Formats: sequence, C-alpha cells, structure tokens
Amino acid sequence: MAEAKSPSGVSRVLNAAWLRPFVFLLVIVAAWDLSIRLFHIPAYQIPSPGDVVAVLWTDWPELLRQSWPTTYATICGFALSALFGIPTAMLIAGSRTVESYVYPLLVFSQSVPKIAIAPLFVVWFGFGIIPKVISAFLLGFFPVVVSAVQGFKSVDSDMVDLARAMQGSRFRVFCAVNLPHAMPAIFSGLKVSVTLAVVGAVVGEFVGSNSGIGYVLQRSIGTFDLPTMFAALVILALLGVILFWIVDRIERLVIPWHVSQRADIIFAS
Amino acid sequence: MNPATKPSDLDQPAAHLRLVSDRAAGATPGITLSGVSKTYRSRDGDVPSLRPLDFTINDGEFFVVVGPSGCGKSTLLKMISGLLAPTTGEVLVDGELVTKPHGNVGIVFQNALLLPWRNILSNVMLPIDMKGLPRAKYLARAKDLLKLVGLAGFEKKLPWQLSGGMQQRASICRALVHDPKIMLMDEPFGALDAMTRERMNVELMRIQRETGKTVLLITHSIPEAVFLADRVLVMTERPGAIAAIYDVPLPRPRSLDSMSDPVFTELVQRIRKHFFTQGTLD
Repeated sequence: MAEAKSPSGVSRVLNAAWLRPFVFLLVIVAAWDLSIRLFHIPAYQIPSPGDVVAVLWTDWPELLRQSWPTTYATICGFALSALFGIPTAMLIAGSRTVESYVYPLLVFSQSVPKIAIAPLFVVWFGFGIIPKVISAFLLGFFPVVVSAVQGFKSVDSDMVDLARAMQGSRFRVFCAVNLPHAMPAIFSGLKVSVTLAVVGAVVGEFVGSNSGIGYVLQRSIGTFDLPTMFAALVILALLGVILFWIVDRIERLVIPWHVSQRADIIFAS
Repeated sequence: MNPATKPSDLDQPAAHLRLVSDRAAGATPGITLSGVSKTYRSRDGDVPSLRPLDFTINDGEFFVVVGPSGCGKSTLLKMISGLLAPTTGEVLVDGELVTKPHGNVGIVFQNALLLPWRNILSNVMLPIDMKGLPRAKYLARAKDLLKLVGLAGFEKKLPWQLSGGMQQRASICRALVHDPKIMLMDEPFGALDAMTRERMNVELMRIQRETGKTVLLITHSIPEAVFLADRVLVMTERPGAIAAIYDVPLPRPRSLDSMSDPVFTELVQRIRKHFFTQGTLD
C-alpha cells in the first residue's frame, strides 16, 4: 500500500537517481565536519570542509588554470593508451607467437612501479608536458590491453567460421564480427584506463613540473597548506569523474545493443 | 546374445532398407568425398577424427548424418565448406576440388549465432556483406526469405528480442540469402524444445522443397533423421567411419503422421540397433 501512495514533489526530487550520489556526498561531508568538531582534530592535520570550500571559492581561477595542463596530459596519455593498446591487443589475440613473446613482458613491465621510474622521464624529456603524458600513458595502457585481449579472444569460433565460409576476407570478418564483439570489453578497459590516466598525469607532475594540479598538491604539502591540498584533491576527483562520464556516454552511443544498455532500448521503443 | 543385434543381421536388410554403398563417381554434380579422412595433431600425438570416407550427395538431396557425440560430424561439415583441409583424400563440389572456402554453402549451427548488434534483416544480409555482393540487389530476397519462414515484420528487431525458434529461422534465412547450392546444418534444432523442433522440421522440409537446395544435416535424433532425409548416413564412434547408408522410401510430402508409418518405425529401430551393437561391443 505504501507504494501506491503518490510521493510528494520534494521527496520525488530527493529520490531522483542522479541526486543520490550528491546526497551521499553531503552525508560524508557532514560526518567529516562533525568528527573534526567532536574529536578536536587540529586544522594542520585535517582541514574542515568549510575551509576547503573557501579555498575552492577564492582560488577558483588559479585552480582552474592549473587543472588545464593536468587535463591535457591526462587526455593525451589516455588517447595514446587507446591508440596503442587496442592494436596491441589485436596482435596479441590474433597471433599465438606475438602473445607468447609480448604478453609476459607486458605483465612484467606492469609490475614495475611507475612512480619509481617517473623521474627518469624528466631526465629524458625535461620538465614539459611529455613526461606527464608518458606517465599517464603507462598507467592507462595496461588495462586497455588486458580487457581488449579478453574481448577479442571471447569471439565464438563458429561465428568466425560462418563468416569465413562466406568467403569474407580476414579484414572484413574482423570488422563485421571480431571488432564489434570486443567493443564492450574494450570500453570497460577504457573506463579503468581513463581514471588511471589521471593518476599517471599527477604522478608526472609530482616528480618534475611547475604547473598542474599535481604541482599544486606538491607545493601545498610543502607549506602545510592543507585546505589548498584538499581543494586540489577535490578538483582531481572531479576531473576523473567527468572523464569517466564522457567515456561512459560514448560507450552508450557506440554499443547500444549490449546487455548492459538494454534497459534504455526497452524504454525507448 | 539377442539375434536381432547380430552384425550379420544388419548386413542383410529388407528390400526397402537397402544398404547403399556409394563410390566416388568422378566429376558428378553434387558433393563427392573420396578417401576423406581427418587426423588432428595435438601435443599428445595424433588424434584420428574421421576414418577415410567415400560417399556422394546428389544435387537437391536431403542427406542426414547421424552418429554418436564426437564422431567427427562437425569436422565433416567444415571440410565440405572448405574451412578445414582433409588429412587425406579430396572433397569435390560439382566436380571441383575444395581447397578453400568456396562460398557455395549456407551454414546453420546449433546456436543461431546472430550478431547481437545487427537487426534481423542485416543479420540475414551478413553473407552478402562478406562476399561483397551488391546489397540493394539482395535486400528484397532477404525480406522474401524472412517472409518464407514467417518472420515478416521482425526485420528491425534485434536478435535478443526474438525467441530461440525465431532466431534459428532467421539463421536459416542467412544461410539461404546468397542462394548457395548447399545447406550445411550442424544439429540445427538441438537447442530447441521438442514442440518447436517438430514444427521446425516440417518447416525445413517445406523450405527445402521450395528452394531445391542440397541439404546436409547433422543430428543426434534418429527419428528426426529418418523424418527429414532422402538418405541417412550412420556413423560409428570416434574415429568416425560409415556404418551404413540407408534410403528412406517414405513418400513426399511427409507430415508428422509419417512418423507412425511402419516403414518409418522399422527404419528408426534399425538405425538405433547400430548404436546398441556398438555400445555392447565396446
């Protein structure tokens, strides 16, 4: 009977799906503020949410200016991950020989901590954007390859046989069967990759840069300016969320047929 | 031992259960297999899948292969379509040696294998895209075929919106759209429920009569084999060889009533005995 009751306008807005994460966020921020007051945590250890918001408000132009280089490096690194990751996965999935040579080495290289070798890129490429892009690329590359390999390999061999029996050339069969089939897996890899690319870009900025959010983070830690540091973290989180959301939207456009998107089709038709 | 299962009994069939021994007869129309065998190489050594086979499938014939699981039936199908090269012997389609996919076949597998991102119509058009034929020319044919199998009005639906039987009918259309001479069907109705399966059998027979295709169908179901076939090839267990080839003298057109015909029941029993004797001997 409770469901039959039509909810009031306010509670309907509060129950809207897009609002829920914000409501939850608000609860977390309130808990944060409350625990600082309750346990008397000094501001040099954890700043209060109010201070962080104040910094975000007053230093907004500066933070925005600093977030462009980070965004730029992230997108470049991510684009390179996709550009090299997908063809690499195609080669690995397409040839046992390539797989046996390349895949173990790729996994091995993934175990090398990127943060440890990031200074090396500064030595090689200076303090410009390139070390950041490379570090974003290195973090974003692996998940794309792993997911795409899995996607390409999970094609039903009967389906490929069917297309080949119709005299489809290798390229035609690949475009009509293998590639679309791998798309959902590729996109799940891209979504992991884009958030890791943000981390990669910040790591690049940590070790050698005089611009970007990573640089702001580094500087504010040095001066114990915790509100600014937390504000930078908020900006980074926002950046990750926005980029993830963009990839998610593109996925919906590219693979509307996939199981994960079917609810939308039913409502549309 | 039950005298009915004695091998000698199988060698002397009644007049209407003639054991046909086919020998390759040169460049005849239809499908000719001469000395075709297949051995798979694996790390543990060679695994023989098919012992040398010799038989001919005539043009426009409904030819059904029955055999136990893993007797190399699917290997046979792949070799005829040109996807797999035989280890020895040769496959001839209309007198031409098959060495690579020749495209003169339509294939139907146990699963409909429709591409989930293509609607029904463009799934049916897949062979046209693969062969690079003009799409516009075959579009009307694809729609006619969908009408033939009772799927008119479902052209724009996505595969998952259709039932299993409807999906399999769409995959039959896909096998026919490029007008191949031969239809190869690998347990096409194995995944369907018994009711749908019987209906599909009747429908497949109608489609074969209307299109005049040569059909090679692989099945586990002996009644299905006898009901559909002009001739039934019975295979032995792995490595597969020909146990017998039977003519099915049931008149066409057949209906589900044909299944109670004494000729039908006798032939079904006879074929079943092959598997029983094999089972007790091994």
